[in-house]
Amino acid sequence: MSGMDFLQHLANGISLGSLYALIAIGYTMVYGILRLINFAHGDIFMLGGYLTFYGIMFTSIPWWLVFILASVLTGLIGLLLEKIAYKPLRDAPRITVLISAIGASFFLQNFGIVVFGGRPKAFPIPDVLNKVVNLGGVSINIITFIIPTITIILLIALTYFINKTKTGMAMRALSRDYETARLMGIDVNKIISITFFIGSFLAAVGGVMWGTKYPQLLPLMGAMPGIKCFIAAVIGGIGNIGGAVLGGFILGLGEILLVAFFSNLTGYRDAFAFVLLIIILLVKPTGLLGEKTTEKV
Amino acid sequence: MKRRLGLLLLVAVLIISLLSGCGNSATEETGGDTELESSEETGGDTASGSSDVIKIGVFEPITGVNAAGGEMTVEGIELANETMPEVLGKEVEIVIVDNKSDKVEAANAVSRLIEKEGVSAIIGSYGSSLSMAAGDIVKENQVPAVGCSPTNPLVTLNNDYYFRVCFIDPFQGTVMANYAVNELGAQTAAIIQDVTQDYSVGLSKYFVDAFVELTGNEDAILETSSYNTGDQDFTAQITNVQSKNPDVIFAPGNYGECALLIKQARDQGIDTPILGGDTWESPEFLSIGGDSVEGIVFSTHFTAEAPVTELSEEFLNQYREKYDKEANAFAALGYDAYMVIMDAIERANSAEPQAIKDALAETERFTGATGYITLDENGDAVKSAIIKRVENGEFVYLTTVDPN
Repeated sequence: MSGMDFLQHLANGISLGSLYALIAIGYTMVYGILRLINFAHGDIFMLGGYLTFYGIMFTSIPWWLVFILASVLTGLIGLLLEKIAYKPLRDAPRITVLISAIGASFFLQNFGIVVFGGRPKAFPIPDVLNKVVNLGGVSINIITFIIPTITIILLIALTYFINKTKTGMAMRALSRDYETARLMGIDVNKIISITFFIGSFLAAVGGVMWGTKYPQLLPLMGAMPGIKCFIAAVIGGIGNIGGAVLGGFILGLGEILLVAFFSNLTGYRDAFAFVLLIIILLVKPTGLLGEKTTEKV
Repeated sequence: MKRRLGLLLLVAVLIISLLSGCGNSATEETGGDTELESSEETGGDTASGSSDVIKIGVFEPITGVNAAGGEMTVEGIELANETMPEVLGKEVEIVIVDNKSDKVEAANAVSRLIEKEGVSAIIGSYGSSLSMAAGDIVKENQVPAVGCSPTNPLVTLNNDYYFRVCFIDPFQGTVMANYAVNELGAQTAAIIQDVTQDYSVGLSKYFVDAFVELTGNEDAILETSSYNTGDQDFTAQITNVQSKNPDVIFAPGNYGECALLIKQARDQGIDTPILGGDTWESPEFLSIGGDSVEGIVFSTHFTAEAPVTELSEEFLNQYREKYDKEANAFAALGYDAYMVIMDAIERANSAEPQAIKDALAETERFTGATGYITLDENGDAVKSAIIKRVENGEFVYLTTVDPN
């Protein structure tokens, strides 16, 4: 393999990894604060893609505004989902909520099939985002640069929000203890709603970026990325936002390099993610950047 | 420790859901939906087994990665049913079941058609793997099936109950290898195949065989790269292929994956000609691929631009009237599959599955929309292939290749 090819592989891996990272951030944030694995995250991601599709195809709103509006709207749908599927189970055992999340995921997928139809839709990529640039022999679509940039910006913004603002502080308090947080005068329902809104908003941004890079929308498109990003979040240490980004990059780069160096193992590409997950859980269950939590016995 | 076990358990669940195909486990829930659809087709309360209705089962992908192909085929079948709603003085009813582009669902769909609906014959399916999943079931239950566009030879091989109205991949692969060598002057080639689709793997194999023979070079295939159905990122495979610098890339597979693949190849600055097979003929291939698929060449079954029989014109006009657009190969094959079964029922003078099967096997020079259909000893049709190219966002007819 020549150096040029390796650079091309590297660029491809970083681009895929940053997409995973983008979706994993929302996943990990919801888990970090609510201790709930939101399996419907991947399907919220799908909704974000479809809403953008309809926004661009059937309204005359400029594309960048559609991108923002669709993400906000998807955030609101995520909020609604929490009210319907998770809030009534606030005091139920954690496994019940988990099952409810899986149910919500199936519901959204089939809702997608009924409403959007089973045939794939072509995501309308704005021309500005669909340009190919050549950097010293490596040819890259500019979306490849845009996605990591957005991922990093959102990462910084979110870290700031959680660590420096009052709402962020309330979120952190909530992640420690519901009851105590409530006693301290924190409106638990409001904070959870905000968490879900942000998580779903991030999923939608991921969906829009995914559509721009892989312009094919299918009602089941969220299933695989959803699982992969969950894995990315676990690798980095679920609940840790920086870890999710790291996990996303490891997964993306790993997948591309697996195909690059072991081309006869391509069929095991998805399995690679799971093997990585199992290794992490066996060797370092808290993830690469996760902090050790002491469990009450 | 407890938490670790919990997470491991979760992983196990995830892996199981992955193995069973996440599409599959997820779409299981839509059973109610398809039920609804088929009961609509059957008029809801038609007494099953009623002697004045002949039921023809249809299993096609209406959802999932092959949805476009299934839908186009069903359009053709419905048109044929409207054109010829009666046979032997009995009403013909088509029962449509969605196989969700999934092998397990395809087998379930066919079982349901046979056991619950009691159909006399079956049409389907788009996708060789889906048809092959149904093969053993139709054989065991002795109900004949006619495939519209599954081109893998194994669909009908050693199965007396499976027939098809399209050509098979040994021919299609040779046609494209000929095109690559004679028209493009290619001396070397690379393959990018979908290892989960029998269609893709089979067609690639026949292309390779023919290409090696034509060039007389054992090492003419520089690279064979693989991916799975549902993959969206092909950049690594493309980079691998490009590093070998082939004259042509052959990449048969689902229209959606291939459109993405070609877009990513063009984004990486690769202008090597890319060739494919009949599955590419779908509007989604053009809309997803956009400018990237310009100049792409593939083989298919039928073109509205060069009607072959007297029935072709008739079919094209009826199709235009009903759907207000030009017909595609899959609609035409769906139409022909239905008509071939009607012809067999007429000749057998019976709607018994066994009688239909015997009559089907004797089909000779039946005039269909896609050509004259003669079913050989395997139950395959021997027909011409059409080569098309994408020009200005449309499929343009290039030439017709006759079987020798």
